[in-house]
Amino acid sequence: MKPFTKLESNICPLDIANIDTDQIIPKQFLKRIERTGFGQYLFYDWRFNADGVENTEFNMNKPEFRNAKILLASENFGCGSSREHAPWALLDYGFEVIIAPSFADIFFNNCFQNGILPIALPDEKVKELFEKVKTAPEAKIKIDLENQKIAVSDGGEISFDIDKNRKEKLLKGIDDIGFTLQFLSSIESFEKQHLF
Amino acid sequence: MGKTLFDKVWEKHIVDISTHTEASFLQDKKLLYIDLHLLHEVTSPQAFEGLRLTNRKVRRADKTFATMDHNVPTKNRNNPDLDPISIKQMNYLKTNCEEFGVTLFDINSKDNGIVHVIGPELGLTLPGKTIVCGDSHTSTHGAFGALAFGIGTSEVEHVLATQCLIQSRPKTMRVNFKGGPAPGITAKDLVLALIGKLGTAGATGYVLEYAGEAIKNLSMEGRMTVCNMSIEAGARAGMIAPDEKTFEYIKDTRYAPKGEKWDEAMKWWQTLKTDDDAVFDKEIEVDVPTISPQVTWGTSPDMVIDISAKIPSPAEAKSEAEKNSIARALEYMNLEAGKTMADVKIDKVFIGSCTNSRIEDLREAAAVIKRRKKAESVKQVLIVPGSYNIKEQAEKEGLDKIFTEAGFEWREPGCSMCLAMNDDVLEPGERCASTSNRNFEGRQGKQSRTHLVSAPMAAAAAIHGHFVDIRNEI
Repeated sequence: MKPFTKLESNICPLDIANIDTDQIIPKQFLKRIERTGFGQYLFYDWRFNADGVENTEFNMNKPEFRNAKILLASENFGCGSSREHAPWALLDYGFEVIIAPSFADIFFNNCFQNGILPIALPDEKVKELFEKVKTAPEAKIKIDLENQKIAVSDGGEISFDIDKNRKEKLLKGIDDIGFTLQFLSSIESFEKQHLF
Repeated sequence: MGKTLFDKVWEKHIVDISTHTEASFLQDKKLLYIDLHLLHEVTSPQAFEGLRLTNRKVRRADKTFATMDHNVPTKNRNNPDLDPISIKQMNYLKTNCEEFGVTLFDINSKDNGIVHVIGPELGLTLPGKTIVCGDSHTSTHGAFGALAFGIGTSEVEHVLATQCLIQSRPKTMRVNFKGGPAPGITAKDLVLALIGKLGTAGATGYVLEYAGEAIKNLSMEGRMTVCNMSIEAGARAGMIAPDEKTFEYIKDTRYAPKGEKWDEAMKWWQTLKTDDDAVFDKEIEVDVPTISPQVTWGTSPDMVIDISAKIPSPAEAKSEAEKNSIARALEYMNLEAGKTMADVKIDKVFIGSCTNSRIEDLREAAAVIKRRKKAESVKQVLIVPGSYNIKEQAEKEGLDKIFTEAGFEWREPGCSMCLAMNDDVLEPGERCASTSNRNFEGRQGKQSRTHLVSAPMAAAAAIHGHFVDIRNEI
């Protein structure tokens, strides 16, 4: 996993509540057996019209947002199916940070497994960011994971919370499995006394 | 202080790692031991690939079981012209299971079926177990008093390699279903009404315990339907305390303990209930007698109304965000605010999925038909049993004949049109009465329109060509 430390980018806004993982990556694209190559299908039904041509109305297709690495969304982002193809698609497309007022549980977990930083901010902060993007769509913000700070282009600063353990893993790009296997002797003793 | 059902199962599965200095790195997280890991073809390939790349083994293949369900065809099972990518994915699961020594119920196995149907059927799902699967509807198994939840593919790989997961302790919420249901009201109506009340994120971060008279009186099938949809309220898991019905269901199933082992297990299982003085982080009540047959009108499972209620209007919204989402859903679903769902004509019907494909669902659907035929305007009615064992049982009871004589299609088991990964797909704009669990945009096919209902409501809609109040049919 690639470590995540800092990121500077403009923001792509997607102001829809309860965006589910079926929308993020529709089921017809779940048949690949690799982790890579899902970016081209990200938000497929919204990004492309029925005839396969790009929907120019959709924010991700607008020139000012094409290279944004930060996605700004509304509440309960990533609800529904547990498919990890959703964060794989987001990352493969180029999104490394997702900011929203709240996230669905499984999706939130899946992000950390793949080096994506999901940031939950209070409602009013998210609203402010949506406003800022409206007035200056190409303005970049800086995200500093070590210091848990977002520096906004007009000089403002927003702090964010993150679980310490998850932060460490993101900063170092640590593999969870190797970490757990350090406790193998304890797992083995657990199994000796466990009923099932 | 007393313990909740959740506490008892959770605490029993915490691996003590206090002798390791690295343990402090976990802070308040725990290393949770997993008793049963279920796999299917869609969310496992990358996990096995990960094991190969790191030269790791499946640590406990004896606790790992796989099935093919998500993209299997429900007719012409072994058709060589099947979508080659689906075939590749299924073959890859077969190769992986063979190489790593995992038991697989492939499409030709008589025990094949939907992962959340066969687990309980075979006695793999047992009270007090921790159960995971790369599928959000793993919550289904909570109906047996297990702690069961969906995980992502990286976590699938983690469980394959370690048989454990690093977990934060979730919060607990008890949902007290007060009173008994009116005739015609099913488990599906109870859980849809609850989701309507909680919203799709109302239970995020919680494990739910379903309690009360109405839950006690449900069959195991009904309890599975309720627990299945926990995730639709955002919950990590849903649980129901095991009782005589639970023990009856699992006794003598293939993988359930036998003899002395059964007695030993029973001793523990009988303690699996919330103590009287236990405290939940939250408790809510649902008034069961007032629940009417439920139908979703929108594009999220909490967009649900009584069959006789009016379709909501953006003007009634409490916030700007809600106003936008109602307007967006009405447009997508091509519905008019103020009408009732009974006015809405349907194109297709799907009875199946891990929510409602069990024998009781099929019996309830068949009972509605009463020698009538599907409405001519209805293009297709799919009946997809959850497993081969259910299919066989239904055929023994003659249910298949009732369905086919009504013009319904009797299929082979699989997830089918719940997520339309195989060729059971709605055409753009088609409207479906579906017993599945999600009505998201495009879920059953691009531009598809899904209305979630119970099995009898779906069968009645097939007969009439539009939704009807099931209470008038019984």
